[in-house]
Amino acid sequence: MASVPKPNELVKTINHTPPETWWMDKKVEFRPGTFCNASRPQYLEAVGLPFAREWRVTEDDWKLPSNWKEIYINGIKERLERFRTFKVFMDICVRCGACADKCHFFIGSGDPKNMPVLRAELLRSIYRRYFTTSGKLLGRTAGARDLTEETFKELWYYFFQCTECRRCSLFCPYGIDTAEITIIGRELINLLGCNIDWIMGPVSNCYRVGNHLGIQPHAFRDMIEFFCDEIEGVTGVRPEPSFNRKGAEILFVTPSGDVFADPGTYTCMGYLMLFHELGLDYTWSTYASEGGNFGFFTSHEMAKRLHYKIYAEAERLGVKFIIGGECGHMWRLLHQYLATWWKPPKNLEVPVSPITGTRFEHAKSTKIIHIVEFTADLIKHGKLKLDPSRNDNLIVTFHDSCNVSRGMGMFEEPRYVLKNVCNNFYDMPPETIREQTFCCGSGSGLNTDEYMEMRMRGGMPRANAVRHVNEKYGVNMLACICAIDRAVLTPLMRYWVPDVQVCGLHELVGNALIMTGEQTRTTNLRGEPLPGMEEETDEDL
Amino acid sequence: MASTIEYKGKVFEVDEDGFISSFDQWCPEWVEYVKKSEGIEELTEAHWKIINILQDYYKKHGIAPMVRILTKLTGYKLKEIYELFPSGPGKGACKMAGLPKPTGCV
Repeated sequence: MASVPKPNELVKTINHTPPETWWMDKKVEFRPGTFCNASRPQYLEAVGLPFAREWRVTEDDWKLPSNWKEIYINGIKERLERFRTFKVFMDICVRCGACADKCHFFIGSGDPKNMPVLRAELLRSIYRRYFTTSGKLLGRTAGARDLTEETFKELWYYFFQCTECRRCSLFCPYGIDTAEITIIGRELINLLGCNIDWIMGPVSNCYRVGNHLGIQPHAFRDMIEFFCDEIEGVTGVRPEPSFNRKGAEILFVTPSGDVFADPGTYTCMGYLMLFHELGLDYTWSTYASEGGNFGFFTSHEMAKRLHYKIYAEAERLGVKFIIGGECGHMWRLLHQYLATWWKPPKNLEVPVSPITGTRFEHAKSTKIIHIVEFTADLIKHGKLKLDPSRNDNLIVTFHDSCNVSRGMGMFEEPRYVLKNVCNNFYDMPPETIREQTFCCGSGSGLNTDEYMEMRMRGGMPRANAVRHVNEKYGVNMLACICAIDRAVLTPLMRYWVPDVQVCGLHELVGNALIMTGEQTRTTNLRGEPLPGMEEETDEDL
Repeated sequence: MASTIEYKGKVFEVDEDGFISSFDQWCPEWVEYVKKSEGIEELTEAHWKIINILQDYYKKHGIAPMVRILTKLTGYKLKEIYELFPSGPGKGACKMAGLPKPTGCV
């Protein structure tokens, strides 16, 4: 793994002045730390993707199939016919540059090809060359260029330097959704078997086992039971969750990162505590055990294949509706794709909270609601007993996950919950939150170690905003509602703003929740002494 | 892309992160081979205790234990695990125990 330069050294390398050379003449350079490893063949084979082979990004020969150009250009053609958006986005950009400085990767790297306009231009130039009269006749003068192995490698490099966060789209006067261009760009890459290992591993695991981590049913149960032990230790109350239970009212699905990786595991404890306290008639599934969908970073078809298990399981168990956990891209898929892919099984109904009677009309088409909406509604109706002072050691800010905020439009609910479960909450500056939120820098399947330098660069704008509230208000906790965020903001904070930790929203809910029959709590879910309980707590915990 | 390493008469296929491609290839020589690059001078009983617990869990569950389960099973705090394996429980201890690296939202 390439070593990451120290923050002060990294900052010095950022130069936003474009080079003198015309962009078409500048070759792509595969510098360690700025690209992800090639997928191993068995992952492609597991899901039947073509051209599975051993290859290495840094080697000259990527072992592309002999007719690769034809496959790629036909791939563009098919997608122009299938996706009206793609066709429009290829044609209408006037290169005004409104998006240029909105991309976290451009801000953090200074690489002009990370301006969304130019990243898209890498593909537009190929489109012009093979699909427009001016491009065919005038070539370079018309902004067109040939598809060569070199241009393909460049497309590959930069479509894995976009996290599909869509911040740029917000500023585009035409509303061009650059994420959709990246999505198509990656589909084309997949036609040639060139996906990255960190995406294909989870895809293959999810398809075969049910979740990205490849957690088998007995292990999944073991992990949840472990959390129940831990909850019992902290509260004296033991949740008794059920698994794969037919006839339950609700199916709960969360990213598998929550059941495995810190600090998401504390969020998972929060879910268990909340559901137990409510006496909710719900079940976990060891089959539909993944809310996330790395298939979305592969192709539309793969996303569709991986997502279906949630509905299949909801049908098999006969539940009435589904609650989804704190996940990011799950919600972009649900709100913007799912209803056009699959009809929900007949047994599903418009979600109605069994506790408050609230009917979630907006989830009519999918029958799936976000746990934060569910919890905000509970608080609004006074159904939870909360002691926010248990989080008084924390001064909290909130990171809007791109896919939940820009992809779903959910801004108020998480803030409402936060303000009820902790006493110290401060938002980051307005141009860095809500629909203008800055990406974590590692989304869309780029949260891998070998890519760490680029992740620290891409996450810099987000980290700068956290630093601002850290210096101004003493913020020491960054809350978020996405499993990738929880996993990647932790090293990002360690790198840029070391005194800030990361948590999920329901970890704070779990801390504040007063449970029926609980013992006097002396620690939070992390085993750290609660404010005022320092004396009561064994320091060695 | 996988590459191969030969050490003390054994051949190991490793991925780009230096993890062995499959647990079946694991043997004590692997631990000896990896320890240097992991910054470990001498393997102690504590190292082996962690490696054994990781492997037992993996054989039973098909996945490495989450860090919190590892600390509970071994009785070592995370800080102590980092002292033993400077690259940490995942990149250090799991690599030496021959376990695959977890993937996804982690």
